[in-house]
Amino acid sequence: MNAVVTILIDGLTYASWLFIVAVGLTLVFGVLKILNIAHGSFYALGAYAAASFVGWAATLKWAPGFSIVAMLLAAVAVAAVMAPLTERGLLRFFYGRDEVLLVLVTYAMFLILEDVTKLVWGTNPYFVSEPYGLFGNLHVGVQTWVGYDFALVALAVVVGGAVWWGLNRTRQGKITLAVIHSAEIASSMGVNVSRVYMAAFSIGIFLAALGGAFTAPMISVQPGVSVGVIVVSFAVVIIGGLGSIEGAAVGALIVGLARSLAVHVAPVAELFSIYIVMAVVLMFRPEGLFQRTQARKI
Amino acid sequence: MSASTEDLAIGTAAAGPPVPPAVRRAPGRAGMLALALGAFAVLAAAGWVFPRWLTFLLTMAAANGLVSLGIVGLMRGGVVPFGQGMVFAAGGYAAALLYNKLGVTDAVGLTLAGGVAALLVAAPFAPLLSRYRGIFFAMLTLALSMVTYGLLMKLDTLGGSDGFNVGRPTLFGQKLPDDRVGYILYLLTTAVATLAAVAMRIAFDSTRGLVTLAVRENELRVEYLGGSVRRAMAMNFVIAAFCGGLGGALVVLSLGHIEPNFSYWTTSGEFVFVAILAGWQSVAAVFVASTVLEIVRSFSSAYFPNTWQLALGLFLLFVIRFLPRGIGSLWTKRAGH
Amino acid sequence: MTLLLAAGVHKRFGAVVAAADITIAIAAGERVSLIGSNGAGKTTFVNMITGYLKPDAGRIAFDGRDVTPLDPRAVTRLGVARSFQIPQLYGDLSVLDNMLVANACHDQRLSFWLPAHRSDAVERAERLLERFRLAEHRARRVAELPGGVRKLLDIAMALTGAPKLLLLDEPTSGVSAQEKFPMMDTIMTALGHEAMTVLFVEHDMDIVERYASRVVAFYAGRIVADGTPEEALATDDVRRYVTGELLAG
Repeated sequence: MNAVVTILIDGLTYASWLFIVAVGLTLVFGVLKILNIAHGSFYALGAYAAASFVGWAATLKWAPGFSIVAMLLAAVAVAAVMAPLTERGLLRFFYGRDEVLLVLVTYAMFLILEDVTKLVWGTNPYFVSEPYGLFGNLHVGVQTWVGYDFALVALAVVVGGAVWWGLNRTRQGKITLAVIHSAEIASSMGVNVSRVYMAAFSIGIFLAALGGAFTAPMISVQPGVSVGVIVVSFAVVIIGGLGSIEGAAVGALIVGLARSLAVHVAPVAELFSIYIVMAVVLMFRPEGLFQRTQARKI
Repeated sequence: MSASTEDLAIGTAAAGPPVPPAVRRAPGRAGMLALALGAFAVLAAAGWVFPRWLTFLLTMAAANGLVSLGIVGLMRGGVVPFGQGMVFAAGGYAAALLYNKLGVTDAVGLTLAGGVAALLVAAPFAPLLSRYRGIFFAMLTLALSMVTYGLLMKLDTLGGSDGFNVGRPTLFGQKLPDDRVGYILYLLTTAVATLAAVAMRIAFDSTRGLVTLAVRENELRVEYLGGSVRRAMAMNFVIAAFCGGLGGALVVLSLGHIEPNFSYWTTSGEFVFVAILAGWQSVAAVFVASTVLEIVRSFSSAYFPNTWQLALGLFLLFVIRFLPRGIGSLWTKRAGH
Repeated sequence: MTLLLAAGVHKRFGAVVAAADITIAIAAGERVSLIGSNGAGKTTFVNMITGYLKPDAGRIAFDGRDVTPLDPRAVTRLGVARSFQIPQLYGDLSVLDNMLVANACHDQRLSFWLPAHRSDAVERAERLLERFRLAEHRARRVAELPGGVRKLLDIAMALTGAPKLLLLDEPTSGVSAQEKFPMMDTIMTALGHEAMTVLFVEHDMDIVERYASRVVAFYAGRIVADGTPEEALATDDVRRYVTGELLAG
């Protein structure tokens, strides 16, 4: 019984992290039709920025609780700087081109950002562990959980809700849904598709950076952080269906539980459980669980 | 190695510039073979005088280039695989395991075993993958390679996350002397690369090669003409696997070490990078591009640390934007392809 | 001898009836024109013959074999070839290479060794190109060719496999009025070299009258006329629903 609870809670916390990271990726694909390999790089930038911002907050003698604000600001800063740079400065020259070509462009972005991060922050790991203790500990049965992990679950719910509400209940959101459905038709109806692209991409980066910023206290922030995140978010997004927010949530839950199950029951499967699910989904229902795009298959 | 030989200008009274045929005719084969032999002779001689680090770099470039060669074959059919690390690792691990567990030490044997092992690993997936295109093809190949990575990391019988070392191979029963090991492995790798390049050039210019190009442009018409799109794609995948396996085995022989990272997505990404850089007109371009990658990697590591990925990324953007047919298009006249 | 037989073929797309009880027999050597306004069911019928669409009911037999469940590739290999209203070509390749693709696809001896450009294949391709008066274009890139040339190439490619039945989907559509007849002359002369059965979908009644030995008229998924051009074009239904000479209703 205890084992089941442990697996479920572990799965839920990991799923929350996955969702926060993956929802931006699926949003960007849904709107811009770009599968962004550099998504993981923005996550890393968020983590590094958070490390810096939290560090500054500490030197400025802010109360520890304000480190949350610092992390939020870090994510905003990353989006504010990187979104115009990458979208206006690079991606827009390739809009409408083959989807795999765009993936390669984002792969180039990833390569560039890997080194840019190293050049700016160096190669030594950063530790931002103070905020991790902010929410105390939770005791469930014999297990002790860190409160921060549950805060992450709350954050995932907030993010998911905000994105859903933003898309379905605001005017701008509905315009965005129109663009997701068909940029061409939306454009012919007077929608400034360029601006929608810019906005969606910025939000996507912000969400990636947010994931990185709030995960920073849980890991050692060092080069290579982006690399693992990218493939895992791809897996979640493929499983859930490219472009679908609900899919990202369900995909995250499935992957989170699968990994949790593996870790506790069959550790040998820990690393590839995610990718087995991804492969199986691609083999039997390639458009994912919540179909938005048609799989290119003959 | 292989090269673009004489272009056939069939311009009769046509208005507009004549276009050399997409694939070359049989009489060009003798010339191509001669050129390949000549190139190999030059490389062999050069390797004799090059410093050890350079022959090692070229060995790695040739071995890695083999994987990218297979990718180019797939790209001619319109798909980009993001998971060739799987076959690269399969070849490498096969060679490493045969050496360590079964005492097979012959370099040629191990190389061939690597190719065959990779082929056997990939073949069951070929029919499935032959139905996918675009992002989904890329993602499925990626997923398969990451499953492989996950397995390799966790299976301690295969060395786990550290992998394991491989000793010095023998050649045709002869032990390889200390001072000449590097050069002999360089010769072997270059020879295999040359042979593979010639074989792929012949394959590209063959009837199946032409059908592959057609599949890329218009699958429906191929079916309506009686050709099988799926069979073409499946065969290209299997061939790419064999090339990848050869490359993996050769890398292991020269590197002396194998690890799960061979199957990681970033490794696959580098092979794709080289294939994009090379384009799919000239087979030689693949190995030139692979050498460029190795040079950039070595030099920036030595002189400008933490910049080699930056350089690669910029390179890739440049090629995508300005040389969409790859560097091979610089010396191949603009043919069909 | 009956080459193509359709019996009781039905097909609907939701509420649209594309084929209602189509029954027809086409003998070897006939030159049949399928006429009818847009949406009447001609192209659907052609697509069902080639296996691209499957009928909801009924059967289609070619050369004695039931081809109803087969896919386009299998049907092609049995001896049916088609051309397309919008030519399906390989724009990046040269005209000769397009023909060689057709040759390779049809070839039983497909291999990774056999050069695509070997002399016998090239000769065959060039002979066919000459029959269609396309030889002068053989080295040109297809994407740069004018519409009429592309249509002829499309048909020449279909002929590469020496089919028994050739389906032409609107061969003169998109071709200017003064080019239509020369083009059909070229096509029919090229075909005249072999005893070939031809089904062509056509909207231009002048072309139909001149080149068809038999006319089958479609309306709302049904065959409303079937006979010589003179007979078919004189029936009331055809005059009402196809040529528009009689006002409907």
